[in-house]
Amino acid sequence: MQNIEKEYYGNKVLKGVSIELKAGEILAIIGENGAGKSTLMNVLFGMPEIHGTGGYKGKIIYRGKEVVIKSPHHAMELGIGMVHQEFMLLPNFTITENIKLNREITKTNIISAVGGKRLELLDLKTMGKQAREALDKVGLGVGEWTVVEGMPVGYMQFVEIAREIDKKGIQVIVFDEPTAVLTESESQRLLAVMKKIAAEGVGIIFISHKLDEVIEVADKIMVMRDGEQITTLEGKRASAMQLAELMVGRGIDSSQIAEKRNFDNAENILQLKNFKVDMPGEKVRGIDLNIKKGEIVGFAGLAGYGKLGIANGIMGLHPASGEMIFEGKVMKLNDTMSILKHHIAFVSEDRKGVGLVLNNSIENNITVPAMQVYKKYLKKVLFFSQIDRKSISRQAERMVKELNIKCTGTKQKVGALSGGNQQKVCIAAALALEPDLLLVSEPTRGIDIGAKQIVLDYLKRLNREKGMTVIITSSELKELRSICDRIVVVTQGKIAGELKPDAPDGDFGMLMSGVTKREEGERNE
Amino acid sequence: MNEKLKLYCKIIGLPRLIIGGFTLVLCFMLPVLGLQTDMLLSQSITRIFMNMILVLAMVPSINSGIGMNYGLPLGIVCGLLGGALSLELGGTGGVGFLTAIFISLPLAALLGWGYGALLNKVKGSEGMIATYVGFSVVAFMDIVWLMAPFHNSAITWPMGNGLRNIVSVEGAYEKILDYFLLIKITENVEIPTGLILFSLFLCWPMWMFFRSRLGVRVCVGGENPVYAKAIGINVNRTRIIGMVISTCLGAVGIIVYAQSYGFYQFYNAPLMMAFSCAAAILIGGATVKKASISNVIVGTVLFQTLLTIALPIANEIMPEGNLSEIMRIIISNGVILYALTKAGDKK
Repeated sequence: MQNIEKEYYGNKVLKGVSIELKAGEILAIIGENGAGKSTLMNVLFGMPEIHGTGGYKGKIIYRGKEVVIKSPHHAMELGIGMVHQEFMLLPNFTITENIKLNREITKTNIISAVGGKRLELLDLKTMGKQAREALDKVGLGVGEWTVVEGMPVGYMQFVEIAREIDKKGIQVIVFDEPTAVLTESESQRLLAVMKKIAAEGVGIIFISHKLDEVIEVADKIMVMRDGEQITTLEGKRASAMQLAELMVGRGIDSSQIAEKRNFDNAENILQLKNFKVDMPGEKVRGIDLNIKKGEIVGFAGLAGYGKLGIANGIMGLHPASGEMIFEGKVMKLNDTMSILKHHIAFVSEDRKGVGLVLNNSIENNITVPAMQVYKKYLKKVLFFSQIDRKSISRQAERMVKELNIKCTGTKQKVGALSGGNQQKVCIAAALALEPDLLLVSEPTRGIDIGAKQIVLDYLKRLNREKGMTVIITSSELKELRSICDRIVVVTQGKIAGELKPDAPDGDFGMLMSGVTKREEGERNE
Repeated sequence: MNEKLKLYCKIIGLPRLIIGGFTLVLCFMLPVLGLQTDMLLSQSITRIFMNMILVLAMVPSINSGIGMNYGLPLGIVCGLLGGALSLELGGTGGVGFLTAIFISLPLAALLGWGYGALLNKVKGSEGMIATYVGFSVVAFMDIVWLMAPFHNSAITWPMGNGLRNIVSVEGAYEKILDYFLLIKITENVEIPTGLILFSLFLCWPMWMFFRSRLGVRVCVGGENPVYAKAIGINVNRTRIIGMVISTCLGAVGIIVYAQSYGFYQFYNAPLMMAFSCAAAILIGGATVKKASISNVIVGTVLFQTLLTIALPIANEIMPEGNLSEIMRIIISNGVILYALTKAGDKK
């Protein structure tokens, strides 16, 4: 692949990436979420979303010839296969049926002799035999006629691999974070299988977050960041630290890093003890954490590792367990109303779904939460309390001015605003709740650079002027480092470590990729 | 000027322009065809306000996020039961009318609560479930009407057990609201002031309700349940509130309808009533997600006027057979279909 460029609606996500893969070689691609790894693979597979959004620039040269891959099916015909992160298996089918899906082997019978190939029957025996061979190759001992449903996830991963290598003429296999769901020993076996497949002359592209695995198997390692190809290293020579630095390193200069403040003597505003949250895709598996009054704390970590679950769990939006103490009082978990009444407010990462009612006006979006929680913006008419349009408009206009929300008026529908302005409305709604503790998740996701800075500066101002404690969860490490007093890195649903914003880039990368624990342990000994 | 016109068109909405225009054309056809224009228009007014409360019953159900209350027959049978009992007890005049309402309300509230709880279990397919709740409750009540030990010979079959198909409220409280402060303009034109006042009087607290904290909560729960949850609203509860109000309005609505119509219709009569109400509010500009009191008023006016004057015209043009009933079904179902497809592409 040469000079691949891809734009989504004017937003460049791939800025000229070239990769080269030889037969029998393992190429690892690493990078943070949003670095462009998946987009690159989607180009390789001719996924409909690529062609549907204006195609790509650059060339794909496959076995010496330039090709334009039109569809995933086309990619398959060319001999490019993929092992997905989420399993693409039919749970009620047997392993053999899954492996042979849409490539079933058929044999002729009387009817098909007349009616043609479509009427041929399945040759179950041969299918089973070939499936067995493929399973043996990946070292999976289960019977080829077992139903997929109910199998351990590790097995499913291997069935996927077996399906790919069973394809005739397979030349390239892409492994998209195959070890994310596997246990340590399963991962080891998978890596061994990968080496074995490569030894048979198949090229492998391996996408992963786990640096130690990458170093173990890859011949070449390409580091991507923000859609750019940072560098390509020899696999054997790389060190985890070096990779981590390359992956995260945004070259943040010291002037942008938040100034140091000391909170050693401040009292705790929030304490979490063995706090667990069952949020799909963002599970929190027991954390202990103290937040001091007046701090800005950042939660960093890769997507799917549980950083988003913490704030959602505190607010009671996903079932939480453990203990939560706020301002010295033990809080009732999973009761959103009572948590809001204690002046904890939340700006959700899902702006359009959870944060706003898109079909409603700006002023309603800003004031309805406070009206419901504190009975504000109401007036008495005879014996009934009625909403007080005047005070609602006043509050909304004040917030529009303060946050510089660009709109035609406070009655405009929120859905018509740009992402940045929607985010400001979300923050305004949270502020109407007069929070002592403000939880903000992904405040800058999907908004333009100018608005990003305004949002971040405003959060900082709230903290400095009103003494509001702020917890920010973000995938943008640079932003966290520019305003937080400390940054908590979350991996695998647990706290991997805590860093000051001026800690070296490599430390962040190491913590986020989850290599530290073992190595830190060694260092301590 | 052109700009302004476009703006008005946008506010009123294309469907209302088309249907309103069609109604106007029909109005002009009345004298041309030699029909009694004044009487038909006066009838329209009565029809509008006797149906308004039933249409109003759709509002809380839509706004609480359940969508059209196709299970409106549930409220209607509660009203019918109240009505039958009031007649059985021999209530007449205002007392009889109020007895009917007071018997039916607690019943409707109770059933509405259970119905809301049921719909909370089937989120996403309320429309279908509600329709069948309506159908089955009507069938169930068929048995009740037959078996219940009513004794008043004015309402039971002359022979055997059970209520008659159609029970007149003549002599009890027929047109008690219509005749209250009745304004008679000519022989054929009357304005049923009492009925109008009563209907609007029920619209008013509904309007107040949606401007209160609880009302806002119900609406937010309907518009975006996840958002509502994030600001501490129990969406299941707001949906039940919406359903209870809707069912109660259905009960009151049928009693008001009956006093004006002159009869209680038992057995299968309530079966299809929800559909014409749904059609009316959709014509009025409501969507399956949001409805207001003005939608109710505009929609009922347009829909009932259309029905009242379209049928005699249809009969005049095509005299053979029982065309009016078929027309009514085509118009009301056609409107629902149209409005629902329109509601779909707003996403």
